[in-house]
Amino acid sequence: MILPVKISGLSAGYRPGHPVLKDIDLEIMPGDFLALIGPNGGGKTTLLKVILGLIRPMSGTVRVFGRSPGDETGRIGYVPQMIPGATFPVTVMEVALMGRLGLRGMWRRYTPADRLAAIHNLHLLGVADLAAEPMDNLSGGQRQRVLIARALAGEPDLLLLDEPAASVDQKTQESFFNLLALLNKKLTIVLVTHDVGAVSSYVRTIACINRVLVSHGETLPAEAVARAYGCPFELVTHGVPHRVIGSAEGSGDSGGEP
Amino acid sequence: MIEALSYAWMQNAVVASILSAIACGVIGTLVVVNRMSTLTGAVAHASFGGLGLAYLLGMPPMAGAVLVSMGTALGVGAISSGTRREYPDTAMAAFWATGMAAGLIFVRLRGGYAPDLMSWLFGSLLTVSRTDLVLAGSLDLLVLLLVGGLFKELTAVSYDSEFSRIRGVRTALIRSVFLALTALVIVMLMKISGLIMVMALMTIPAAVARMFTKGLRRMMILSSILALALSLGGLALAYVLDLPPGAVIILLAGALYFISHIVKN
Repeated sequence: MILPVKISGLSAGYRPGHPVLKDIDLEIMPGDFLALIGPNGGGKTTLLKVILGLIRPMSGTVRVFGRSPGDETGRIGYVPQMIPGATFPVTVMEVALMGRLGLRGMWRRYTPADRLAAIHNLHLLGVADLAAEPMDNLSGGQRQRVLIARALAGEPDLLLLDEPAASVDQKTQESFFNLLALLNKKLTIVLVTHDVGAVSSYVRTIACINRVLVSHGETLPAEAVARAYGCPFELVTHGVPHRVIGSAEGSGDSGGEP
Repeated sequence: MIEALSYAWMQNAVVASILSAIACGVIGTLVVVNRMSTLTGAVAHASFGGLGLAYLLGMPPMAGAVLVSMGTALGVGAISSGTRREYPDTAMAAFWATGMAAGLIFVRLRGGYAPDLMSWLFGSLLTVSRTDLVLAGSLDLLVLLLVGGLFKELTAVSYDSEFSRIRGVRTALIRSVFLALTALVIVMLMKISGLIMVMALMTIPAAVARMFTKGLRRMMILSSILALALSLGGLALAYVLDLPPGAVIILLAGALYFISHIVKN
């Protein structure tokens, strides 16, 4: 079976000799909704970048839909953590259309089908009425939703989201996760997040990464996570409340209230 | 005033203004939104190295300038991207200074005075030749063809290069096209109107247009219109006041820039 993502023995990082990720083995099944959690600097974003083909592995193999990362153009939708180019003169519609880039070669204009896909996904995210607005005029939450619409406009089979709910309020967050659960019926989702409490009732599997893969499964072994974070960590798995109190002081990476 | 238009040099100056405005508006917009306004200065100054080299070797000055300005633009791009990740402004400063120093040395090695080089510094709209106009027109055509054809890629790469790459856009190629076009436009404009005017017209109209438009296409059109209005207005004013047109145009541009900021706030 061709898996969306199949990683074995992966080490990766930015400086030679200093891998951020070490010896990662991870298989993501078709139709999975994976929450990727772990402390800051633990390598969550680095892992996404490897899958996206932005960083080459130092060792190990990575296969995305059976091909090298970067070769599977068009099958991955990506929602970045950073909102790019604030103060860049571009409209919401133009940004959403960028999701269609892989489907149209160089020298080609966007087609009516592209516009339809863009506006459809803006509508899905509840920001279609802003289509003609410049991105600059939007709130953080609205921008984030446009970027998600952009990712979906490319009709991906695998959606990677890097902390997408970070700048969104509680209520929007809930409807957003409901939307992801709905999308998950058709596509595989990987969601990097700090707030495992908020997503736990939506996701199918949880992987915890702190330079190595601490755990990956349908539930989260509480002690393993507490060890990975090294601080009190509050979480809910699959609707069943667990309180995990680690050893150290502070609550830097704790999730929201259950 | 009107009778001035019957002079061939004035007609040439007007045509040159129109041709320059198109290139400035389109490429200047990309330069400004990519936050590379300093690149204009770096490429323009570094190209003196090329002028000096051409002078030394007895080549046409334009050839030397094109060579070195392309090298500068693409070099800045290469050094500040990929794994090297130098700050772009640092790379620009290095090329800027090195190119100028090289130019000076080359001229010294050849010996004598190089009057041609001075015209590149303070080129004048009033001495534009037919050949210059043909070259500028051809360059405009190239700019419109490439920017028009690659508009969605140029927009996407300028806005979010990483995402574009993930979507299969050849970002390095698109960036190189942008940088090479920028270099060509700068050399052409230097030949027509001199170094200082290049810096003003590549950045100020686009910067003002950015304040009042919400998309790149409109920003390009508005900057072209502004560049043209500044050039023609400056030419007319300079004629009436009997002042050097380049300096008048730049002063007008500067005034527009500061007034726009005041109006916008």
